[in-house]
Amino acid sequence: MSFDPAAPLMFSPLHRLQWEEAQQKHVILYPEGMVELNASSAEILKLCDGKHSLNTITTELERKFGTEGLMNDIREFLEIALENGWIQITH
Amino acid sequence: MKTAGSKSPISPPRWLLAELTYSCPLQCPYCSNPPDYARHTGELSTEEWKRILTEARAMGAVQLGLSGGEPLTRKDLPELAAHARKLGYYSNLITSGYGMTESTIGQLKEAGLDHIQVSIQAPEQELSDFLAGTESFEHKKEVARLVKKHGYPMVLCVVIHRHNIEQMEGILEMAIELDADYLELANTQYYGWAHLNRPQLMPTREQFERAEAIARRYKEKLKGKMKIYYVIPDFYEDRPKACMNGWGTTFLTIAPDGAALPCHSARELPIPDEKFPNARHLSVREIWEESEIFNLFRQFDWMQEPCRSCGEKTKDYGGCRCQAYLLTGDMYATDPVCSKSPRRHLIDQAIEEAETLPEQPLIFRNSRNSRSFQKP
Repeated sequence: MSFDPAAPLMFSPLHRLQWEEAQQKHVILYPEGMVELNASSAEILKLCDGKHSLNTITTELERKFGTEGLMNDIREFLEIALENGWIQITH
Repeated sequence: MKTAGSKSPISPPRWLLAELTYSCPLQCPYCSNPPDYARHTGELSTEEWKRILTEARAMGAVQLGLSGGEPLTRKDLPELAAHARKLGYYSNLITSGYGMTESTIGQLKEAGLDHIQVSIQAPEQELSDFLAGTESFEHKKEVARLVKKHGYPMVLCVVIHRHNIEQMEGILEMAIELDADYLELANTQYYGWAHLNRPQLMPTREQFERAEAIARRYKEKLKGKMKIYYVIPDFYEDRPKACMNGWGTTFLTIAPDGAALPCHSARELPIPDEKFPNARHLSVREIWEESEIFNLFRQFDWMQEPCRSCGEKTKDYGGCRCQAYLLTGDMYATDPVCSKSPRRHLIDQAIEEAETLPEQPLIFRNSRNSRSFQKP
């Protein structure tokens, strides 16, 4: 699934992103299901707030972690997230 | 058998199924409640349920099923939903929709309920009402629309069996018409009332294969619009399901009277009722970690051959204990679905019966019928 790198992304209103103390990780919750997230996936999803796009998420995370070249990894994860319905492209 | 105090690490519960009541205005002949449910009287109070929810959440439970019976018959449902939300559960209301009004939906939304699963018996009124034993079809469809209108993810559940399997296409079209986000096509699992009615409910292999092909076609067609879960009837498989993800590893059911069960069918096992730990008197931690029942089928020491020496035992945990008992009479036996089971012929016999047994009237799930059953 390819998408415009400048399109704002938002977390799906039909899912919930939540920190689980008992598991020490973020999870996505949806009807009768749960996906456990690693730390970097959670960082990306937390920025899907209806304002950030692939471009600005990348800039922000590269600055936060003092690194470069994250765009491809972030794009790959966002494609999976779109396919699974965890996030939506804001129109 | 692992006993209390064993050093083996016990993973915490992730799923809490709160069966709030055995009361139900419907009479579905495949209900998963135990056939003798009418003998288990005395429902937990609101305060008792709140404590159970709090304790299970503290251990790590995150998915909460509010079920029954019909959970809408509990007047404290919004209060329990609000408590669950405050604790951080993802809460699922599993309902027939019967008795649901728009004002209840609004109340539950405000309380923070996350999702409502509505079950419909068939895609047309006459059959749906016959199977439910109650006139309810139009109302259920209206509830499904209201669920959607109030911004809930809409999960439609249809239990599949011989009386509706030929209508698979109609069921899928109904789900499209109702704009469902998820459609659960749950082939009947033969426990509880469905076990009693098995010869009347089980589809033939040919019916099952045709229906599966239709479901697969729609699944492809609706990709990205509707998620379709097709729950397979494992009688047609040659390996058993990893029932409950392993006994006492993930799922905790609390029955209306407080009995704690490792799976919602466990009350059918030949275990005296008083041996099930009761949440009225024990904490969730005591139940989960220390009770004899929750340790009964943990790990692998309890297994018989061929499971004990089988390389696949870490995948399916020997299958389902209830199915083993209901079909072989021995709850420690290998699930007879497994082709390695010396008693696989019992499953083949059941499949054959689906083709050959004469039609019998369905036994509907109601208190009068329930009182005539007693656990051996």
